[in-house]
Amino acid sequence: MSRLRGFSPILAAGLLAAAIPLIGGIALIGIAAAQEVAVSDLRDGVPPTEEAAPPPIFNEINDDKRRARNYPEQPPVIPHNIRDYPITLNANKCLTCHTREFTAQSQAPMISITHFMDRDSQILATVTPRRYFCTQCHVTQADAPDLVENQFMPIEEILRAFREQDGEEPNP
Amino acid sequence: MIGRLWHWGWGLVRDIWFVLRRPSVHFSLGFLTIGGFLAGIVFWGGFNTALEVTNTERFCISCHEMRDNVYEELKTTIHFTNRSGVRATCPDCHVPHNWTDKIARKMQASKEVWGKIFGTISTRDKFLDKRRELAEHEWARLKANDSLECRNCHDFEYMDFTRQNARAAEAHSTYLAAGEKTCIDCHKGIAHQLPDMQGVPGWDAVHSFYMEVPNNSAGDRLQRLARALRETPPANASTMSD
Repeated sequence: MSRLRGFSPILAAGLLAAAIPLIGGIALIGIAAAQEVAVSDLRDGVPPTEEAAPPPIFNEINDDKRRARNYPEQPPVIPHNIRDYPITLNANKCLTCHTREFTAQSQAPMISITHFMDRDSQILATVTPRRYFCTQCHVTQADAPDLVENQFMPIEEILRAFREQDGEEPNP
Repeated sequence: MIGRLWHWGWGLVRDIWFVLRRPSVHFSLGFLTIGGFLAGIVFWGGFNTALEVTNTERFCISCHEMRDNVYEELKTTIHFTNRSGVRATCPDCHVPHNWTDKIARKMQASKEVWGKIFGTISTRDKFLDKRRELAEHEWARLKANDSLECRNCHDFEYMDFTRQNARAAEAHSTYLAAGEKTCIDCHKGIAHQLPDMQGVPGWDAVHSFYMEVPNNSAGDRLQRLARALRETPPANASTMSD
Protein backbone atom coordinates (compact mmCIF):
# COMPACT_ATOMS: atom_id res chain seq x y z
CA MET A 1 0.00 0.00 0.00
CA SER A 2 2.61 2.40 1.12
CA ARG A 3 4.74 1.46 -1.83
CA LEU A 4 2.02 2.08 -4.24
CA ARG A 5 1.43 5.33 -2.59
CA GLY A 6 5.17 5.90 -2.95
CA PHE A 7 4.77 5.22 -6.70
CA SER A 8 3.34 8.66 -6.54
CA PRO A 9 0.72 10.32 -8.73
CA ILE A 10 3.39 12.60 -10.16
CA LEU A 11 5.26 9.77 -11.76
CA ALA A 12 2.02 8.26 -13.05
CA ALA A 13 1.01 11.58 -14.55
CA GLY A 14 4.44 11.89 -16.17
CA LEU A 15 4.18 8.42 -17.72
CA LEU A 16 0.74 9.15 -19.03
CA ALA A 17 1.90 12.45 -20.52
CA ALA A 18 4.70 10.63 -22.32
CA ALA A 19 2.47 7.78 -23.50
CA ILE A 20 -0.26 9.87 -25.13
CA PRO A 21 1.88 11.43 -27.88
CA LEU A 22 3.68 8.12 -28.33
CA ILE A 23 0.47 6.18 -28.90
CA GLY A 24 -0.88 8.98 -31.03
CA GLY A 25 2.31 9.01 -33.08
CA ILE A 26 2.19 5.26 -33.66
CA ALA A 27 -1.43 5.57 -34.72
CA LEU A 28 -0.56 8.36 -37.17
CA ILE A 29 2.33 6.35 -38.64
CA GLY A 30 -0.05 3.43 -38.97
CA ILE A 31 -2.56 5.53 -40.93
CA ALA A 32 0.18 6.93 -43.14
CA ALA A 33 1.51 3.45 -43.81
CA ALA A 34 -1.97 2.23 -44.66
CA GLN A 35 -2.30 5.07 -47.16
CA GLU A 36 1.06 4.33 -48.70
CA VAL A 37 0.39 0.64 -49.30
CA ALA A 38 -2.96 1.40 -51.03
CA VAL A 39 -2.49 -0.70 -54.17
CA SER A 40 -3.60 0.69 -57.49
CA ASP A 41 -5.91 -1.88 -59.02
CA LEU A 42 -7.77 -2.29 -62.28
CA ARG A 43 -10.82 -0.68 -60.76
CA ASP A 44 -8.77 2.46 -60.10
CA GLY A 45 -10.19 3.02 -56.63
CA VAL A 46 -13.83 2.65 -57.63
CA PRO A 47 -15.61 0.63 -54.92
CA PRO A 48 -16.74 -2.81 -56.07
CA THR A 49 -20.34 -1.79 -55.47
CA GLU A 50 -20.16 0.95 -58.08
CA GLU A 51 -19.96 0.88 -61.84
CA ALA A 52 -16.69 2.38 -63.08
CA ALA A 53 -16.80 4.78 -66.03
CA PRO A 54 -14.09 3.53 -68.39
CA PRO A 55 -11.73 6.09 -69.92
CA PRO A 56 -12.41 6.98 -73.55
CA ILE A 57 -10.88 4.74 -76.20
CA PHE A 58 -8.32 6.61 -78.26
CA ASN A 59 -8.44 6.25 -82.01
CA GLU A 60 -5.67 4.25 -83.60
CA ILE A 61 -3.17 6.34 -85.52
CA ASN A 62 -3.94 5.67 -89.18
CA ASP A 63 -1.56 7.83 -91.20
CA ASP A 64 0.63 5.05 -92.68
CA LYS A 65 3.80 6.94 -91.75
CA ARG A 66 6.68 4.82 -90.52
CA ARG A 67 7.90 5.57 -87.00
CA ALA A 68 11.55 5.48 -85.97
CA ARG A 69 12.30 2.61 -83.63
CA ASN A 70 13.41 3.60 -80.15
CA TYR A 71 16.08 0.89 -80.22
CA PRO A 72 17.17 -1.37 -83.07
CA GLU A 73 15.47 -4.50 -81.76
CA GLN A 74 12.11 -2.81 -81.25
CA PRO A 75 9.35 -4.44 -83.27
CA PRO A 76 8.12 -1.70 -85.65
CA VAL A 77 4.80 -0.25 -84.57
CA ILE A 78 1.72 -0.48 -86.79
CA PRO A 79 0.87 2.93 -88.28
CA HIS A 80 -2.63 1.94 -89.39
CA ASN A 81 -5.98 0.71 -88.17
CA ILE A 82 -6.28 -3.04 -87.60
CA ARG A 83 -9.84 -3.29 -86.30
CA ASP A 84 -11.32 -6.73 -87.03
CA TYR A 85 -8.16 -8.02 -88.71
CA PRO A 86 -8.27 -11.75 -88.01
CA ILE A 87 -5.06 -13.34 -86.77
CA THR A 88 -6.12 -16.89 -86.10
CA LEU A 89 -5.02 -20.37 -87.00
CA ASN A 90 -7.39 -20.13 -89.97
CA ALA A 91 -6.43 -16.76 -91.37
CA ASN A 92 -3.99 -13.90 -90.94
CA LYS A 93 -5.05 -10.60 -92.45
CA CYS A 94 -1.69 -8.90 -91.87
CA LEU A 95 0.10 -11.42 -94.06
CA THR A 96 -2.19 -10.71 -97.01
CA CYS A 97 -0.07 -7.56 -97.47
CA HIS A 98 3.16 -8.11 -95.54
CA THR A 99 4.30 -11.48 -96.89
CA ARG A 100 7.09 -11.41 -99.44
CA GLU A 101 4.74 -12.44 -102.23
CA PHE A 102 2.30 -9.53 -101.87
CA THR A 103 4.57 -6.61 -100.98
CA ALA A 104 4.88 -5.33 -104.55
CA GLN A 105 1.13 -5.13 -104.89
CA SER A 106 0.50 -3.70 -101.43
CA GLN A 107 3.71 -1.62 -101.03
CA ALA A 108 3.75 -2.78 -97.43
CA PRO A 109 7.06 -3.53 -95.66
CA MET A 110 7.94 -7.22 -95.89
CA ILE A 111 8.09 -9.25 -92.69
CA SER A 112 11.77 -9.40 -91.81
CA ILE A 113 14.03 -12.36 -92.51
CA THR A 114 13.99 -13.25 -88.81
CA HIS A 115 10.35 -14.14 -89.29
CA PHE A 116 11.33 -17.01 -91.56
CA MET A 117 13.71 -18.53 -89.01
CA ASP A 118 12.76 -21.20 -86.57
CA ARG A 119 14.37 -21.28 -83.14
CA ASP A 120 17.35 -23.19 -84.49
CA SER A 121 17.97 -20.36 -86.99
CA GLN A 122 16.89 -22.58 -89.86
CA ILE A 123 15.24 -20.60 -92.68
CA LEU A 124 11.77 -21.83 -93.59
CA ALA A 125 9.83 -21.27 -96.80
CA THR A 126 7.35 -18.85 -95.24
CA VAL A 127 6.64 -17.24 -91.91
CA THR A 128 7.63 -19.40 -88.98
CA PRO A 129 4.83 -20.41 -86.62
CA ARG A 130 6.49 -18.65 -83.67
CA ARG A 131 6.30 -15.32 -85.53
CA TYR A 132 2.81 -15.86 -86.86
CA PHE A 133 0.82 -13.95 -84.25
CA CYS A 134 1.77 -10.41 -85.27
CA THR A 135 0.17 -8.47 -82.43
CA GLN A 136 2.22 -10.31 -79.83
CA CYS A 137 4.97 -7.82 -80.68
CA HIS A 138 3.61 -5.29 -83.17
CA VAL A 139 1.01 -2.87 -81.88
CA THR A 140 -0.95 0.09 -83.13
CA GLN A 141 -0.38 3.54 -81.66
CA ALA A 142 -2.68 6.11 -80.14
CA ASP A 143 -2.10 9.82 -79.59
CA ALA A 144 -2.61 9.48 -75.86
CA PRO A 145 -0.80 10.56 -72.70
CA ASP A 146 1.64 8.03 -71.25
CA LEU A 147 0.07 5.71 -68.71
CA VAL A 148 3.31 5.62 -66.75
CA GLU A 149 5.90 8.37 -66.78
CA ASN A 150 9.26 7.15 -68.02
CA GLN A 151 12.65 8.63 -68.72
CA PHE A 152 13.70 6.44 -71.60
CA MET A 153 16.45 7.90 -73.77
CA PRO A 154 17.49 6.41 -77.10
CA ILE A 155 21.15 5.38 -77.19
CA GLU A 156 22.17 8.22 -79.49
CA GLU A 157 20.89 10.76 -77.01
CA ILE A 158 22.82 9.09 -74.22
CA LEU A 159 26.01 9.13 -76.30
CA ARG A 160 25.51 12.82 -77.08
CA ALA A 161 24.97 13.52 -73.39
CA PHE A 162 28.19 11.65 -72.56
CA ARG A 163 30.12 13.69 -75.09
CA GLU A 164 28.73 16.90 -73.70
CA GLN A 165 29.78 15.79 -70.21
CA ASP A 166 33.26 15.10 -71.53
CA GLY A 167 33.35 18.63 -72.85
CA GLU A 168 33.49 17.64 -76.48
CA GLU A 169 31.54 19.45 -79.12
CA PRO A 170 28.47 17.44 -80.15
CA ASN A 171 28.42 16.19 -83.70
CA PRO A 172 26.93 18.70 -86.15
CA MET B 1 -59.14 -49.72 -100.13
CA ILE B 2 -56.47 -47.98 -102.19
CA GLY B 3 -58.63 -48.41 -105.28
CA ARG B 4 -61.57 -46.71 -103.59
CA LEU B 5 -59.40 -43.83 -102.40
CA TRP B 6 -58.02 -43.38 -105.89
CA HIS B 7 -61.54 -43.42 -107.29
CA TRP B 8 -62.65 -40.76 -104.81
CA GLY B 9 -59.62 -38.53 -105.42
CA TRP B 10 -59.91 -38.71 -109.19
CA GLY B 11 -63.63 -37.95 -108.93
CA LEU B 12 -62.86 -34.83 -106.89
CA VAL B 13 -60.34 -33.58 -109.45
CA ARG B 14 -62.83 -34.17 -112.25
CA ASP B 15 -65.61 -32.33 -110.43
CA ILE B 16 -63.37 -29.31 -109.82
CA TRP B 17 -62.27 -29.30 -113.43
CA PHE B 18 -65.91 -29.30 -114.63
CA VAL B 19 -66.76 -26.43 -112.31
CA LEU B 20 -63.81 -24.43 -113.57
CA ARG B 21 -64.68 -25.03 -117.21
CA ARG B 22 -68.34 -24.00 -116.96
CA PRO B 23 -69.33 -20.34 -117.22
CA SER B 24 -70.54 -18.81 -113.98
CA VAL B 25 -74.28 -19.19 -113.32
CA HIS B 26 -74.76 -17.23 -110.10
CA PHE B 27 -72.01 -14.54 -110.13
CA SER B 28 -71.81 -11.59 -112.47
CA LEU B 29 -68.79 -10.89 -114.63
CA GLY B 30 -68.21 -7.66 -112.70
CA PHE B 31 -68.18 -9.47 -109.37
CA LEU B 32 -65.77 -12.06 -110.69
CA THR B 33 -63.34 -9.58 -112.26
CA ILE B 34 -63.37 -6.95 -109.49
CA GLY B 35 -63.50 -9.65 -106.81
CA GLY B 36 -60.65 -11.47 -108.48
CA PHE B 37 -58.66 -8.27 -108.65
CA LEU B 38 -59.23 -7.51 -104.98
CA ALA B 39 -58.46 -11.08 -103.98
CA GLY B 40 -55.29 -10.82 -106.06
CA ILE B 41 -54.22 -7.74 -104.13
CA VAL B 42 -54.86 -9.52 -100.84
CA PHE B 43 -53.04 -12.67 -101.90
CA TRP B 44 -50.11 -10.80 -103.39
CA GLY B 45 -49.87 -8.55 -100.37
CA GLY B 46 -49.93 -11.58 -98.13
CA PHE B 47 -47.28 -13.33 -100.16
CA ASN B 48 -45.03 -10.33 -100.16
CA THR B 49 -45.54 -9.71 -96.46
CA ALA B 50 -44.66 -13.31 -95.69
CA LEU B 51 -41.61 -13.01 -97.95
CA GLU B 52 -40.48 -9.87 -96.19
CA VAL B 53 -40.91 -11.52 -92.80
CA THR B 54 -38.36 -14.11 -93.89
CA ASN B 55 -36.16 -11.18 -94.87
CA THR B 56 -35.60 -9.86 -91.37
CA GLU B 57 -32.78 -10.43 -88.96
CA ARG B 58 -35.25 -11.57 -86.33
CA PHE B 59 -36.34 -14.37 -88.62
CA CYS B 60 -32.74 -15.36 -89.40
CA ILE B 61 -31.68 -15.61 -85.77
CA SER B 62 -34.81 -17.49 -84.76
CA CYS B 63 -32.70 -20.54 -85.66
CA HIS B 64 -29.95 -21.29 -83.15
CA GLU B 65 -27.55 -22.11 -85.99
CA MET B 66 -27.56 -18.47 -87.10
CA ARG B 67 -28.00 -16.91 -83.65
CA ASP B 68 -25.15 -18.76 -81.93
CA ASN B 69 -22.61 -18.70 -84.76
CA VAL B 70 -22.70 -16.03 -87.41
CA TYR B 71 -24.82 -13.51 -85.50
CA GLU B 72 -22.56 -13.68 -82.44
CA GLU B 73 -19.56 -13.07 -84.68
CA LEU B 74 -21.22 -10.16 -86.43
CA LYS B 75 -21.82 -8.42 -83.10
CA THR B 76 -18.18 -7.43 -82.63
CA THR B 77 -17.68 -6.00 -86.11
CA ILE B 78 -18.10 -2.51 -87.51
CA HIS B 79 -21.14 -3.64 -89.48
CA PHE B 80 -22.99 -4.17 -86.21
CA THR B 81 -21.82 -1.40 -83.93
CA ASN B 82 -20.03 1.83 -84.85
CA ARG B 83 -19.96 5.54 -84.13
CA SER B 84 -22.91 6.55 -86.30
CA GLY B 85 -25.25 3.65 -85.52
CA VAL B 86 -25.93 2.72 -89.13
CA ARG B 87 -25.81 -1.05 -89.30
CA ALA B 88 -26.26 -3.95 -91.66
CA THR B 89 -28.70 -6.74 -90.86
CA CYS B 90 -28.38 -10.27 -92.28
CA PRO B 91 -30.54 -9.75 -95.42
CA ASP B 92 -28.79 -6.47 -96.27
CA CYS B 93 -25.75 -8.47 -97.30
CA HIS B 94 -27.10 -11.95 -97.94
CA VAL B 95 -30.33 -11.35 -99.89
CA PRO B 96 -30.39 -9.41 -103.17
CA HIS B 97 -32.67 -6.39 -103.03
CA ASN B 98 -33.81 -6.73 -106.63
CA TRP B 99 -37.08 -8.72 -106.80
CA THR B 100 -36.16 -11.37 -109.39
CA ASP B 101 -32.78 -12.04 -107.79
CA LYS B 102 -34.43 -12.09 -104.40
CA ILE B 103 -36.93 -14.78 -105.49
CA ALA B 104 -34.09 -16.77 -107.03
CA ARG B 105 -32.11 -16.57 -103.80
CA LYS B 106 -35.20 -17.50 -101.77
CA MET B 107 -35.68 -20.60 -103.90
CA GLN B 108 -32.05 -21.53 -103.31
CA ALA B 109 -32.65 -20.99 -99.62
CA SER B 110 -35.09 -23.90 -99.63
CA LYS B 111 -31.97 -26.03 -99.30
CA GLU B 112 -31.29 -24.24 -96.03
CA VAL B 113 -34.68 -25.49 -94.79
CA TRP B 114 -33.51 -28.99 -95.69
CA GLY B 115 -30.30 -28.37 -93.76
CA LYS B 116 -32.26 -27.14 -90.78
CA ILE B 117 -34.51 -30.22 -90.75
CA PHE B 118 -31.62 -32.66 -90.98
CA GLY B 119 -29.33 -30.67 -88.67
CA THR B 120 -26.51 -30.15 -91.17
CA ILE B 121 -24.92 -27.47 -88.98
CA SER B 122 -26.82 -28.12 -85.76
CA THR B 123 -23.68 -27.96 -83.59
CA ARG B 124 -20.73 -25.57 -83.50
CA ASP B 125 -18.37 -28.30 -84.66
CA LYS B 126 -20.55 -29.23 -87.62
CA PHE B 127 -20.78 -25.56 -88.51
CA LEU B 128 -17.01 -25.07 -88.35
CA ASP B 129 -16.48 -28.13 -90.53
CA LYS B 130 -18.84 -26.72 -93.13
CA ARG B 131 -17.77 -23.10 -92.85
CA ARG B 132 -15.32 -23.13 -95.76
CA GLU B 133 -17.98 -24.50 -98.11
CA LEU B 134 -20.59 -22.01 -96.92
CA ALA B 135 -18.12 -19.12 -97.17
CA GLU B 136 -17.14 -20.14 -100.67
CA HIS B 137 -20.79 -20.00 -101.74
CA GLU B 138 -21.03 -16.43 -100.50
CA TRP B 139 -17.70 -15.40 -102.05
CA ALA B 140 -18.78 -16.89 -105.37
CA ARG B 141 -22.15 -15.13 -105.22
CA LEU B 142 -20.61 -11.73 -104.43
CA LYS B 143 -17.89 -12.21 -107.01
CA ALA B 144 -20.50 -13.05 -109.67
CA ASN B 145 -22.69 -10.03 -108.95
CA ASP B 146 -19.72 -7.63 -108.55
CA SER B 147 -20.31 -7.33 -104.80
CA LEU B 148 -23.77 -5.94 -105.36
CA GLU B 149 -24.81 -6.19 -101.71
CA CYS B 150 -21.74 -4.23 -100.60
CA ARG B 151 -22.44 -1.60 -103.21
CA ASN B 152 -26.03 -1.15 -102.07
CA CYS B 153 -24.47 0.99 -99.33
CA HIS B 154 -20.85 1.54 -100.37
CA ASP B 155 -21.33 3.26 -103.71
CA PHE B 156 -18.09 3.71 -105.62
CA GLU B 157 -19.45 6.84 -107.34
CA TYR B 158 -19.59 8.65 -104.00
CA MET B 159 -16.33 7.44 -102.48
CA ASP B 160 -14.12 10.35 -101.47
CA PHE B 161 -10.56 9.12 -101.78
CA THR B 162 -9.29 12.17 -99.92
CA ARG B 163 -11.17 10.99 -96.86
CA GLN B 164 -9.68 7.52 -97.07
CA ASN B 165 -6.30 6.64 -95.71
CA ALA B 166 -3.45 6.35 -98.18
CA ARG B 167 -3.57 2.56 -98.49
CA ALA B 168 -7.32 2.44 -99.03
CA ALA B 169 -7.29 5.29 -101.55
CA GLU B 170 -4.49 3.61 -103.48
CA ALA B 171 -6.26 0.27 -103.72
CA HIS B 172 -9.69 1.74 -104.48
CA SER B 173 -8.47 4.17 -107.11
CA THR B 174 -6.62 1.45 -109.02
CA TYR B 175 -7.85 -2.14 -108.66
CA LEU B 176 -11.45 -1.27 -107.81
CA ALA B 177 -11.79 1.66 -110.20
CA ALA B 178 -10.47 -0.41 -113.09
CA GLY B 179 -12.92 -3.18 -112.30
CA GLU B 180 -9.97 -5.49 -111.90
CA LYS B 181 -11.12 -6.45 -108.44
CA THR B 182 -14.39 -6.29 -106.61
CA CYS B 183 -15.04 -5.65 -102.91
CA ILE B 184 -15.09 -9.30 -101.83
CA ASP B 185 -11.70 -10.00 -103.39
CA CYS B 186 -9.99 -8.12 -100.57
CA HIS B 187 -12.68 -7.69 -97.93
CA LYS B 188 -13.25 -11.27 -96.86
CA GLY B 189 -14.23 -12.11 -93.31
CA ILE B 190 -15.24 -8.56 -92.43
CA ALA B 191 -18.51 -9.52 -90.76
CA HIS B 192 -17.88 -13.12 -89.71
CA GLN B 193 -14.87 -15.19 -88.80
CA LEU B 194 -12.96 -16.87 -91.59
CA PRO B 195 -12.66 -20.57 -92.33
CA ASP B 196 -9.30 -22.23 -92.90
CA MET B 197 -7.99 -20.10 -95.79
CA GLN B 198 -5.61 -22.66 -97.24
CA GLY B 199 -5.73 -22.36 -101.03
CA VAL B 200 -7.67 -19.09 -101.10
CA PRO B 201 -5.90 -16.64 -103.45
CA GLY B 202 -4.17 -13.88 -101.50
CA TRP B 203 -4.37 -15.76 -98.22
CA ASP B 204 -2.59 -18.94 -99.16
CA ALA B 205 1.03 -18.02 -98.46
CA VAL B 206 0.15 -17.89 -94.81
CA HIS B 207 -0.51 -21.55 -94.71
CA SER B 208 2.33 -23.21 -96.49
CA PHE B 209 4.06 -23.84 -93.18
CA TYR B 210 1.44 -26.43 -92.48
CA MET B 211 2.54 -28.36 -95.53
CA GLU B 212 4.45 -31.42 -94.46
CA VAL B 213 7.44 -32.17 -96.63
CA PRO B 214 9.74 -34.70 -94.95
CA ASN B 215 13.31 -33.48 -95.37
CA ASN B 216 14.52 -36.62 -97.12
CA SER B 217 11.79 -36.41 -99.77
CA ALA B 218 12.18 -32.71 -100.64
CA GLY B 219 14.98 -33.37 -103.13
CA ASP B 220 13.00 -36.06 -104.95
CA ARG B 221 9.98 -33.85 -105.19
CA LEU B 222 11.98 -30.94 -106.55
CA GLN B 223 13.45 -33.18 -109.24
CA ARG B 224 10.02 -34.51 -110.19
CA LEU B 225 8.72 -30.95 -110.34
CA ALA B 226 11.64 -29.85 -112.54
CA ARG B 227 11.01 -32.77 -114.94
CA ALA B 228 7.31 -31.94 -115.12
CA LEU B 229 8.10 -28.28 -115.82
CA ARG B 230 10.48 -29.13 -118.63
CA GLU B 231 7.69 -31.06 -120.30
CA THR B 232 4.97 -28.42 -119.77
CA PRO B 233 6.26 -24.97 -118.86
CA PRO B 234 3.68 -23.06 -116.78
CA ALA B 235 2.14 -19.88 -118.10
CA ASN B 236 2.85 -18.10 -114.84
CA ALA B 237 5.48 -19.67 -112.65
CA SER B 238 4.38 -17.87 -109.50
CA THR B 239 0.91 -19.43 -109.46
CA MET B 240 1.97 -23.04 -109.49
CA SER B 241 1.50 -25.02 -106.35
CA ASP B 242 3.17 -27.98 -104.74
